[in-house]
Amino acid sequence: MINKIVQTMAEAMAGVTDGMTVLLGGFGLVGQPNNLVDALIELGVKDLTVVANNAGGGTTGLTALMEHGRVRRLVCSFPRSNSTIFEELYRAGKIELEIVPQGTMAERIRAAGAGVGAFFTPTGVGTKMAEGKEVREINGRMMVMEYALPGDIALVEAWEADRWGNLTFKLSGRNFNPVMATAAKTTIVQAQHIVELGAIDPQNVMCPGIFVNRVIHVPYGDPPF
Amino acid sequence: MDTKVEAKGWNRLEMAERAAQDIPEGWYVNLGIGMPTGIADYVPMDREVVFHSENGVLGMGPKPPEDQRDPWLINAGKQHVTLRKGGSFVHHADSFAMIRGGHLDLCVLGAFEVADNGDIANWATSDNDAAPAVGGAMDLAAGAKRLWVIMEHTTKSGGKKLVKKCTYPLTALGAVKRVITNLGVFDVTERGFVVVELAPGVTLEQARAQSEAELHLPA
Repeated sequence: MINKIVQTMAEAMAGVTDGMTVLLGGFGLVGQPNNLVDALIELGVKDLTVVANNAGGGTTGLTALMEHGRVRRLVCSFPRSNSTIFEELYRAGKIELEIVPQGTMAERIRAAGAGVGAFFTPTGVGTKMAEGKEVREINGRMMVMEYALPGDIALVEAWEADRWGNLTFKLSGRNFNPVMATAAKTTIVQAQHIVELGAIDPQNVMCPGIFVNRVIHVPYGDPPF
Repeated sequence: MDTKVEAKGWNRLEMAERAAQDIPEGWYVNLGIGMPTGIADYVPMDREVVFHSENGVLGMGPKPPEDQRDPWLINAGKQHVTLRKGGSFVHHADSFAMIRGGHLDLCVLGAFEVADNGDIANWATSDNDAAPAVGGAMDLAAGAKRLWVIMEHTTKSGGKKLVKKCTYPLTALGAVKRVITNLGVFDVTERGFVVVELAPGVTLEQARAQSEAELHLPA
């Protein structure tokens, strides 16, 4: 019997070590796997590269992880938020930053999940984002080469999960979560609801279990306003 | 006509209203954070325009009353929004496939500068910004079928924003098709900026005096 549901954060985080690249779902305060990030903090791992759209908001999750000095490098599209923690660390030279256009970031992650090594896109041509990168004319348009962006682990927040790891997401809580789930060696999910196998209508599965390794039940409720 | 007198033209709401006039039913439209977001308020619900937001919301509706906000439903500006009938949610890669694949009829962004060849600078004001934040601007500028810019004609200190060449870090090359400012509506053509319309009380001389790039009359 396949059962990806684990009971403890220790089981969920098994094998997570220093220096790993962490794909972190969420956009704004919605769809953030904050309890899994808390578990990373608890675990004590450091020198992490974190891939996330924002550089943490509020006081929990990625903000707390950075505040604990565990993030060596951040890959993100929009490092501004209502928290000043990232800004302070960045100014002090305590964290590296790679800025990526948001769509390029999503596509680099998608590519990693789909086994595509790199791709060409017009986004960023002629800008700082293309500096040092291969640029080619394709079908009459200049395009810049972008590499896939895989993770060692992906941390995902889902609405429902079954024991095979099939997932649904709530409204705009979907965002980066299912894309990141495809692109890591180990995908760890915190789910608001654990449901029986078959309870999710197969037509409504938003992320099939093939992309998921572990699920832990975290019914934290609604994101804050 | 005294060109030294600074023309005011439209206020920000009137600019949004003017931009909305040119958005026809059936278009799929992404509105950037800030002033562009306000354009949606001037598109009546019975003119079916489908608004898209980068975080995977297609068919966005108006802002809900305070007591009816859904904590799970935000737009790219992290504001609480609604979904109208026919709307849908997708993940980020699909959302940007809509943008990058040329499926959006229009994107409207704010900008620091627009050059008369359509170059746009709207994400950083220096090469050494502490932590520059680009978000989805480069994908939108490169990917949408049309890019319009809505912005004040000059900076608060009178700096010119319709320029011959952008001085701030670029967002995209040759992408802007139309600029709506407090002084009027200007299309980017092979000749450069062409005046489509001037705001009430604004003269061509005043608009020209507040632009670095040339403003041409329609041929």
